Amino acid sequence: MVNLKGNVMSSTNLPMRRFVAPLLAVAVVLLGACAAPGGSDSGSDTDKGDASSLDQAAYDKEDADRTATFEGDPAQPYLQYLPGGEMVDPKPYARTTPGKVCFSNASLSNVWRQTGWITMYEQYKVLKDQGVISDLVMRDAQDDENTQVSDIDFLIKEGDCDAFIIAPATVEATASAIGRACETGKPVVVFDRGTTETCITSFVHSIGGYAWGIDSASFLADQLEEGDTVVALRTAPGVDVFEQRWAAATKIFKDAGLKVTDHITGADPAEIKSVMADELTSGEVDGVWVDLGDQAVPAIEAFQDAGMDIPAITGEDNMAYLRAWDELGFNGFAPVYSNFQWRTALLAVAMLFQGEEIPKDWTVPQTPITSDELPEVIKANAEMPDVHSARCGCEDMPSFPGPWVSRKTP
Amino acid sequence: MKTSTTSTGSTGPTDSAASAAEGPTKTSATPSAAPRKSVLSRLLNTFLDPSTAVYPIMVALFVVLILLNPTLGEPDQFTRLIGRMAPIVIVTLGQYFVLVSGEFDLSQGAVIGVQVVVAGSFIGDDNSRIVPGLLLMLAIGVGVGAFNGLATAYLKIPGFMTTLGTMFMLGGMTRYLTGGAASGNPSEQFREVGRGGIDVPLLGYLPWSVLVLAGCLVVAAVLARRPVGRLLVARGDNPTAVSLAGANRGWLMARGFIASSLFATVAAIVLVGFAGTHPTVGQGYQYTAIAAAVVGGVVLGGGRGLVLSAAAGAFVLETLVAVLNASGIDTSWRATVQGLLIILALTLTAARTKLGPLLTLRRRSTS
Amino acid sequence: MRLKSIPDTASVYLILLAVVAVCAGLTMSRGHNLFSSGNIDVILTSITVLGLVCIGQTHVILIGSLDLSVGYVMSLASVLAAGLMAGNNSAVPSALAISIGVCALVGLANGLLVGVLGLNGFITTLSTGLIISGYLTTNYPGNVGGVPSVMKDLGSASVGPIPVTTLFMLAALVAASLWLSRTRLGFHVYAVGGNAEVAKMSGIKNVVPIVFAHVISSVFAALAGLVVVARLGVGSPVVGTQGAYDLLSIAAVVLGGCALAGGRGSLWGTLGGILIFAVLDSTLSILQVNPFLKDVVRGAVLVAAVAVFSLRGDGSKFRRFTAAGDPVAPPSSPAPDRPDQPDQPDQPDQPDQIVRAAQ
Repeated sequence: MVNLKGNVMSSTNLPMRRFVAPLLAVAVVLLGACAAPGGSDSGSDTDKGDASSLDQAAYDKEDADRTATFEGDPAQPYLQYLPGGEMVDPKPYARTTPGKVCFSNASLSNVWRQTGWITMYEQYKVLKDQGVISDLVMRDAQDDENTQVSDIDFLIKEGDCDAFIIAPATVEATASAIGRACETGKPVVVFDRGTTETCITSFVHSIGGYAWGIDSASFLADQLEEGDTVVALRTAPGVDVFEQRWAAATKIFKDAGLKVTDHITGADPAEIKSVMADELTSGEVDGVWVDLGDQAVPAIEAFQDAGMDIPAITGEDNMAYLRAWDELGFNGFAPVYSNFQWRTALLAVAMLFQGEEIPKDWTVPQTPITSDELPEVIKANAEMPDVHSARCGCEDMPSFPGPWVSRKTP
Repeated sequence: MKTSTTSTGSTGPTDSAASAAEGPTKTSATPSAAPRKSVLSRLLNTFLDPSTAVYPIMVALFVVLILLNPTLGEPDQFTRLIGRMAPIVIVTLGQYFVLVSGEFDLSQGAVIGVQVVVAGSFIGDDNSRIVPGLLLMLAIGVGVGAFNGLATAYLKIPGFMTTLGTMFMLGGMTRYLTGGAASGNPSEQFREVGRGGIDVPLLGYLPWSVLVLAGCLVVAAVLARRPVGRLLVARGDNPTAVSLAGANRGWLMARGFIASSLFATVAAIVLVGFAGTHPTVGQGYQYTAIAAAVVGGVVLGGGRGLVLSAAAGAFVLETLVAVLNASGIDTSWRATVQGLLIILALTLTAARTKLGPLLTLRRRSTS
Repeated sequence: MRLKSIPDTASVYLILLAVVAVCAGLTMSRGHNLFSSGNIDVILTSITVLGLVCIGQTHVILIGSLDLSVGYVMSLASVLAAGLMAGNNSAVPSALAISIGVCALVGLANGLLVGVLGLNGFITTLSTGLIISGYLTTNYPGNVGGVPSVMKDLGSASVGPIPVTTLFMLAALVAASLWLSRTRLGFHVYAVGGNAEVAKMSGIKNVVPIVFAHVISSVFAALAGLVVVARLGVGSPVVGTQGAYDLLSIAAVVLGGCALAGGRGSLWGTLGGILIFAVLDSTLSILQVNPFLKDVVRGAVLVAAVAVFSLRGDGSKFRRFTAAGDPVAPPSSPAPDRPDQPDQPDQPDQPDQIVRAAQ
């Protein structure tokens, strides 16, 4: 034991010196980290890929599209499109036999994507019965861009595909793989987030993330007065969908002279309620803006639990929010990122197979839900689960509402 | 990691965990048994001891938080604050019993996820199903814990891997059965435990979750002093000795992991009440719990640590987040500050641990 | 005794063989081919990125620590490199050097905190991960484009059917396994991981191999991030974390037979572990298994595979730590806590051997 103690002594003499080195190292890393962006920013800011600043041209376009008139029957919003754009000549893709469709999916990691996939799969069943599509193969990249590139390459090589549908994880990362898909000569339909690759047959999307942010932030800006406080609940940094919504909202809040405090919550309701509870103890909150519908209900509950009146809170077209809005009667607004574009993507391929022309840039409408329309939407979706998207555009499917109620993912 | 264990292990004099676990550990035989200590040296010991050093940090952070946001200092707001922190503290209590035995439980978050779904879909709006629902949740908790413990003990898989496997399996199964996202809240009556509370004199308002937390703290403290708690610490200290002493390793490990899953289950009941059903509820809580326990002086690898200090570690991490939220630091930098402060707290603890023996020896030589 | 004498690495490959056999059978029964060139590509690309991360993670686990910051380091390397290249071919070498260098500093910080201060590796690297994540969040709200053509060509080039990046990973694996088994520093990694106290008494400066292991881990995570940049043509601030490379790498390394306790395991075993995951994943994708069920299968295989070779061996090799309170044996006697290692003659697990290696 004596030896042991002696050993301890010798290993701990001059202890302070032992702490200096690692702390220095941490300092060096921080310095390095701070120094590095100085070099990188100058380079990357001039590049297109960097989403750090608001893309003014895209912002203006989406702002205008919000009020544009769409071509087609409003009862079938999934077939509507913005008129005036280039149309795709279907001749090279027309078929007499049913074709096999291969779908590379970024992920099924949120309810919007799950609802969309259910809708797409039900649409596939309809088209299969009609003899237009023979098979639909889906590979799920689980949000990993590298996996999605492998998935696309696999589908090109082994999928025996007659058409490709791609929902990219990010705009840039899958571009080269999408280029390889184009080289097969088969139709390539991209939807949701889009791609920087220009070879694709058609890009199906609703108006976009900026429009989403403009709709919801403008609502709050209208309701509130200059100097009022808005709490913004953000889901995840670095994801372009959310970054676009946030960039647009920030701009509008700034123009309206609102004070904004933002929190990154990961959409975890416990985190949201804690953050909101802390906010409510530290001062007046005049409005809440969320970048994802999931975040709104916990925020509403935070006001309830604190025994306070619920101010203006934005949400999305998920039923949980719409029901809370309807029952509690607060000042609400639901921007929409149209879920039916999942269905449109498959229909686009089917139309090409059948020799019908489709828009090259197929913008489907993205209509927010306002308080006027709320009772009607609530009534129409009475049996739907809380995670359902009210603007699913799926009500006219023969299998409705079964799969959307049970939510069994295919 | 190894080095941290061995170096801390050598500081027998300041090891109060060993003295809490008395019997089977070998290190407790060292100078802490020296008779009579002055009040001053005891205080010094508390401050130097990695297991109790967390308390001053906790108090300091609460003070900073209240200075930043004075409203939180009002009694009824303070109890609400504690109530919001309750779930993570409860999860940490469970994690403690696994950590001191030298293992990890990575499945706690997935257990919470399963229980939230059970509460949402089995109980739903039907108040008559609350009792059967609770029983079902407890059964699931026991089942998962028993699987983790028995697989770790008898299949000789490291607990880290067993529970990583359980985490994957439970998480995947939950998402498969719910179509990716749990939906539907349990009845308001069931949620009352996480959302509601009672008006009481003096404090003004007492959330039920604070009472649940208090109950959990008592249960955990008692459990730690019972033979099973001490054997778990002893197992982390020296598994061979525990086996030689005739303890049933499999049953012992099973009880450790069952405790972990059950505390996670209680946390889930509070959480689903507080926050409602959502696929992200409980996600990653196991990491926070492990980090909290380490901040509270629990040595990964087992054999050392006090359960209440682990709970204090959880309060430290949660208060830190609240302080950062209230501080006005740019949102995007908060994770960085959080990481730096955790390292700082650990460094302070390590500094004390290493200075400890020197001071103790000096003190003894003067007496 | 017979069973025990089969090297860990061999049992990993036996399990791999079994997994391949089952998967090939399953895919064939559905009219697909596991060994189609398209699927081989999928397997090769998935082992490349995870493989690079795992080379580093193996070092850290061998030394008895863990690295949870690898995901953030990957992302950091990818955005730094993409930003510095800025579409300029001539900037590639310096961009690579700087991003690897910055990540090496992260590893240095991890190593010093773990080795010198004796902080726990799990929570230290968790914290440095948080530190990096704040930096990424603040500076990179989205992908960084402008990766020059040289880099993209590198990502898509292949020699025959094998991508250049995969060859690079394999070459790195060979090099790393050589320095682990042939150099003094490599011996020291095993020695310190096996029993830090004995190693210290044998005259090894424990800090050096600990820092070495952590630096290697960060550097290889950075290389993985750079391979992703080359493949995707874009730097992404979330690529490492979205791919869950932290947990996957630890799981693959342990699946490959490394003891979480440190001191035992080999890079070849790790490669086997990665292959098991890759074959399994690709099979589930071919079979169109519900994506949510994939995790269930992964978890089950993880537990089952680790159980199989835990039961083959003596089990104690998986113990996370040595008993901290044990009296430390004098250098001349065998270490109290070490299992016999008849199968790994390369590793100096006897203290006197360590002394010899150190001299």
